[in-house]
Amino acid sequence: MLMPISPLPASPRRDPPSVVELFHGFLILGLTGFGGVLPLARRMMVEKRRWLDADEFTDLLGLCQFMPGGNIINMSVAVGLKFRGATGALAAILGLIAAPTVVVIALGALFDRFQDDPKVRHVFAGLAAAAAGLLLSMAAKVAWPLRVSPINSIIAAACVLAVAGLRLPLPPTMLALAPISIAMTWKAARP
Amino acid sequence: MTSTLFALALIFGELSLLAFGGGNAILPEMQRQVVDARRWMTAEQFGALFALAQAAPGPNMMVAPLVGWRVAGFLGVAVTSIATFGPSSLLAAFALRAWERFRDRPWRRIVQAGLAPVTVGLIAASAITMARASDTTWGLAAVTLAVAAVTTRTKLHPLIALVGGALLGLCGLGAV
Repeated sequence: MLMPISPLPASPRRDPPSVVELFHGFLILGLTGFGGVLPLARRMMVEKRRWLDADEFTDLLGLCQFMPGGNIINMSVAVGLKFRGATGALAAILGLIAAPTVVVIALGALFDRFQDDPKVRHVFAGLAAAAAGLLLSMAAKVAWPLRVSPINSIIAAACVLAVAGLRLPLPPTMLALAPISIAMTWKAARP
Repeated sequence: MTSTLFALALIFGELSLLAFGGGNAILPEMQRQVVDARRWMTAEQFGALFALAQAAPGPNMMVAPLVGWRVAGFLGVAVTSIATFGPSSLLAAFALRAWERFRDRPWRRIVQAGLAPVTVGLIAASAITMARASDTTWGLAAVTLAVAAVTTRTKLHPLIALVGGALLGLCGLGAV
């Protein structure tokens, strides 16, 4: 007698999260996500709470990266909307930004209160210099894959020159560079 | 006051829709608006606000509500938060409904790949802009370069790099 071959049991899915669970999940994410929330978001939604499977997460991330706005912000909206409609989306995004908003304003108030103290000024000057260093490092990491494509490198360099060098406003710069870049990509994709 | 709030709404609403690549892509434009055009603060103060936002947990767009708070108090926070997170979120919500239809289309891949070099350029421009605003002395420029080198080469946690920078600042590197 042949035993029916059953596929591996799918990872048990929980019930879709409630509005309160959405708020709570993203609240924790907002509180704990230092220096990049996205890896934590994956762990929370895919591994711990199992709201999404790995493919659904990657698919939604693709959408969030395609649209303007912070990836994790868009992710909170998309996940909230998926499970609990507009209310869910609002709960998720409010949960995500609630704690960080309180923390940045508290830090801002501290800075305002003590910025005349030379020691505090020095601390914040060092902090700002380090924050700029983190951005430089991030820029280096995202720019590294571009080195194989001369066209992409030229477009990125033109963007740096326009925005950081000439300090041109962003809307016309994007309106000029984005279509050129997309057209170049389209041309390169054609045989 | 109303005109200030209106200006905040306009500036951050526009930034919201331009933020391809997230919060780190729009820093030069934010600085251009709040420092150069409106003169709400100096470039150095803007750099400090950005650093505070980096030191806080959460998404990398938290400098926006902080600017709102600095310019117009709690009402400013409300206005900038809605303006920064509202338009892009609505757009994402509408796109989610259409996503099933367009995610596998060839044009979607081409547009996304085509936007990538622009996003990279914007992030690099942000890094240069913030370094220029923050590195008022050679010592601070050295801190920026050291943090950039270490965090590019190692997996050092960003928060530790920030604490290190703050400590170096306290030691008086800012005055060199």
